[in-house]
Amino acid sequence: MNAVLELASRKEWAAGSDALDESPLVVAGLTVSYGEKPAIFSIDAAVAAGSMTAIVGPNGAGKSTLIKAVLGIVPRLSGQVFAYGRPLRQNMHRIAYVPQRASVDWDFPTRVIDVVLMGLYRELGLLGRVRQHHRERALSCLDRVGMAEFAHRQIGQLSGGQQQRVFLARALAQNAGLYLLDEPFAGVDAATERAIIDVLRALKEEGRTAVCVHHDLATVADYFDNVLLINVRKIAEGPVETTFTAENLQKTYGGRLATAHIDQLKLPA
Amino acid sequence: MFRAFLDAFLFQAGYNAALVAAGAALLGVAAGSGGSFLFLRKRALVSDAVAHATLPGVGAAFIVMVALGGDGRNLLGLLLGSAISASIGLLAVEWIVSRTRLAEDAAIGAVLSVFFGFGIVLLTVIQTLSRGYQAGLESFLLGSTAGMLFADAIVIATGGAATLALILIMCRPMTIVAFDPEFAAASGINVRRIDLAMMGLVMAVTVIGLKVVGLILIVAMLIIPPVTARLWTERAEHVLLFGGLFGGFSGYVGAAISASAPNLPTGPIVVLVAFSLFAGSLLFAPGRGVIAAFLRHRRFQLAVHRRQGLLALARGEAIFDPLTLTVLRREGLIRQDGVATQKGRAHAAKALRDEKRWALARQLYEDEAVGGGYDGLTPIETVLTRDELADIDHRLGPPAPVS
Amino acid sequence: MGSEFVQLSLTPLLIGILSAIACALPGNFLILRRQALIGDAISHVVLPGIVVAFLLTGKVSTWPMLFGAGGAAIVAVVMIELIKRVGRIEPGAAMGVTFTALFAAGVLLLEQSDTSGVHLDVEHALYGNLESLIWFAADDWSSLFDPVALAALPPELFRIAVVALLISILTIVFWRPLKLSTFDEAFAGAVGIRTGVLGLGLVITAAVAAVAAFDAVGSIIVIAMFICPPAAARLMTNRLEVQILWSVFFAVISAVAGYVLAGYGPLWIGGQHAVSAAGMIATVSGVILALACLFGPQRMRMGAPAGS
Repeated sequence: MNAVLELASRKEWAAGSDALDESPLVVAGLTVSYGEKPAIFSIDAAVAAGSMTAIVGPNGAGKSTLIKAVLGIVPRLSGQVFAYGRPLRQNMHRIAYVPQRASVDWDFPTRVIDVVLMGLYRELGLLGRVRQHHRERALSCLDRVGMAEFAHRQIGQLSGGQQQRVFLARALAQNAGLYLLDEPFAGVDAATERAIIDVLRALKEEGRTAVCVHHDLATVADYFDNVLLINVRKIAEGPVETTFTAENLQKTYGGRLATAHIDQLKLPA
Repeated sequence: MFRAFLDAFLFQAGYNAALVAAGAALLGVAAGSGGSFLFLRKRALVSDAVAHATLPGVGAAFIVMVALGGDGRNLLGLLLGSAISASIGLLAVEWIVSRTRLAEDAAIGAVLSVFFGFGIVLLTVIQTLSRGYQAGLESFLLGSTAGMLFADAIVIATGGAATLALILIMCRPMTIVAFDPEFAAASGINVRRIDLAMMGLVMAVTVIGLKVVGLILIVAMLIIPPVTARLWTERAEHVLLFGGLFGGFSGYVGAAISASAPNLPTGPIVVLVAFSLFAGSLLFAPGRGVIAAFLRHRRFQLAVHRRQGLLALARGEAIFDPLTLTVLRREGLIRQDGVATQKGRAHAAKALRDEKRWALARQLYEDEAVGGGYDGLTPIETVLTRDELADIDHRLGPPAPVS
Repeated sequence: MGSEFVQLSLTPLLIGILSAIACALPGNFLILRRQALIGDAISHVVLPGIVVAFLLTGKVSTWPMLFGAGGAAIVAVVMIELIKRVGRIEPGAAMGVTFTALFAAGVLLLEQSDTSGVHLDVEHALYGNLESLIWFAADDWSSLFDPVALAALPPELFRIAVVALLISILTIVFWRPLKLSTFDEAFAGAVGIRTGVLGLGLVITAAVAAVAAFDAVGSIIVIAMFICPPAAARLMTNRLEVQILWSVFFAVISAVAGYVLAGYGPLWIGGQHAVSAAGMIATVSGVILALACLFGPQRMRMGAPAGS
């Protein structure tokens, strides 16, 4: 894939990687608009294998839109997306997705374990029977997020943090190489946040890749290796140490983030 | 045929026809403006439940009036009955929504079908009671002005006028509530009471419209004119005004067309006139029209591709998107083989300079306008003054040519 | 309960039951998707579809009517989407504009065309004529094994049986993607389910159910069966699998009880004539829903609604 090589070679921080073709995600010139206003404009980005990347930007910057456009859930106006060296559509099975918790109706009549089993959709197909080993896998995914005992609860009975963990367990069941998470830490309790980050780190240990839409600037440096700063446009992209700087944040948030506030963040010197 | 239409249109087709046309026009205005409140409150389809829920009331009123020894066909009595059952239907919708987990759409659908079904049961009961004697209640389904009594026409015309007067009185608080219920509550308006009044209005329109357009199509009179109005304006009070005008026009012209020939039932004609207005608006309205939207979207898409292509040229990146290549080729910005032309390089340099200006401007000015316009398409000249621009250019230094 | 029952009541009862099931199955998903009123819209636009099919072919026959009604449903869905997206009008109002206008067109076409020789009018469209679908050729239960008598079964029975079977099969085959995309459309898209196509397929399936049922029982039962049994079922359980079973159960109860009450109820209270079976079936389904609203074990909501 020349296109991927060409694009990926522009990312100096990825240049050391020996398997550019295997970059989990490369986005080229991605533009999406709602009506006549671009939500994201011409975003280029490449994600290194085995890394944890945060997509950071102010409200309305197009962070969630970027993830949805990557997955093809919202239509692209222009641009291309490659996963593992091929157009993403052909490699969907290697990608897991955690949508925003608030995007679904939690009053839906189903149980926790059934939601996790939805992660096995590609394996089960239309009529494949759910066998014991599928159930066991779903249960072990629930166990990884500390929710095994809730397997047979009605989903409406869960707290916000528990809902988020169930969504993560469903993504784990997808057993993918690349995890795309939309605001996984939004509105969850401290214990859940801890549990989620532990799972993400374990995924990283296994050589998997995670990309999170993230809104809490204070934890970016703690949690992530790389950061992609966007505000409709891409502002900066790269390792947290060199990219998550006061200057880049000022560019991203404009006047909305007071300099004093930036100073309080744990920024790399 | 045209002659007959003209006669009816100009009130010369007989006294009854004129009254019906006037009544339909009044009803149209009342429905169009009354429906606007409902539409702006995003509850347009509640009217569907209300309308269908009138049927058992009509049937029950007939049975009661006959049982009391009167003429079952007294229009006022029938309308009173329909108003009562419509209120019960409305209460049932609200009760289901507030007391159970079912959403409003399910509640509306349940109430409209069950009430209507029960109404049909009552109609068949009446058929057996009257043994061949035609109660004529079926005319409430689709409306019928053909054999309308003079007294009935009077009832409809007066009812329409009274409803309209009520709308004029309630207009201001209702608009405020429809536009922003929280603000309305904060400024001392009793939102609950206004909502009730709104529902009362809708019910009045429905009940009066039963005889003219029928209970299925009165819903159209309440929904189509306000939606048509919405296509033309962004202001709540104008929706109300235009909704009334469109409704009145549809009612009047529809009744006139219907009177001009046999086999042209009033209800469907009125609705189709209203729908023609709507269809025309959907095509041609400047902001929300199909044609305008299509042209705007295409223009926008091309602008995005052009800009992205130019920036790629300026930065020496390869372009893969086929549409981008087409756009650039067509404007003579690149050659067939994808290499930038002289003109292409000039435009690319300009686009890149614009980008740099934007980036710097966003650091310098902590201003929403500057931040919000940074979408890759807004020319920076539209956001900054000439002096500010000169300052930015000074900081950036001379423009660099694209090789 | 011998020959008279087989001759007069067996087929209407079966047709009522099958219609109720065919409508209730897709209704479950429509309710969960907040699209209950799509069922309302569809059953209204079936009329213009059938009238157009009649005008084009000049006769009232099965396949043209099915295509006409299916086509009208697709036209309606496209119109609703267009009004929603381009005109930026809220879904309820967009639906209201579409189905009332199409229904009005249907009524007008019907009034304008010569349908005196055929069984096609607005009242029939609204509340059908279940009672007339009797099995003349039957003598008693043994007729069930008599090929000659079976051949004379009302064709509506065969039609609705095929459709009910088809819809049951579709519900089973597409169970998993339907459930997934109804619960979480974004995730469904991300695992490769064509959610747009699936949603349209659901609506078209509902339209097919509406058309097949409409012919026999009229559109008012169609709406009632789309909504009331699934809505009542939702209040009984918190599992979709169980909810579907409850909805089928309620649909069958409504059809049977409604038919029996309409036919024999008036006799019990001293009346002499039966009342509308379609209306009574809708009424019974409403009573069941009201009881579920009052006493259903899962009648209150638990989770926060989407988007809050």
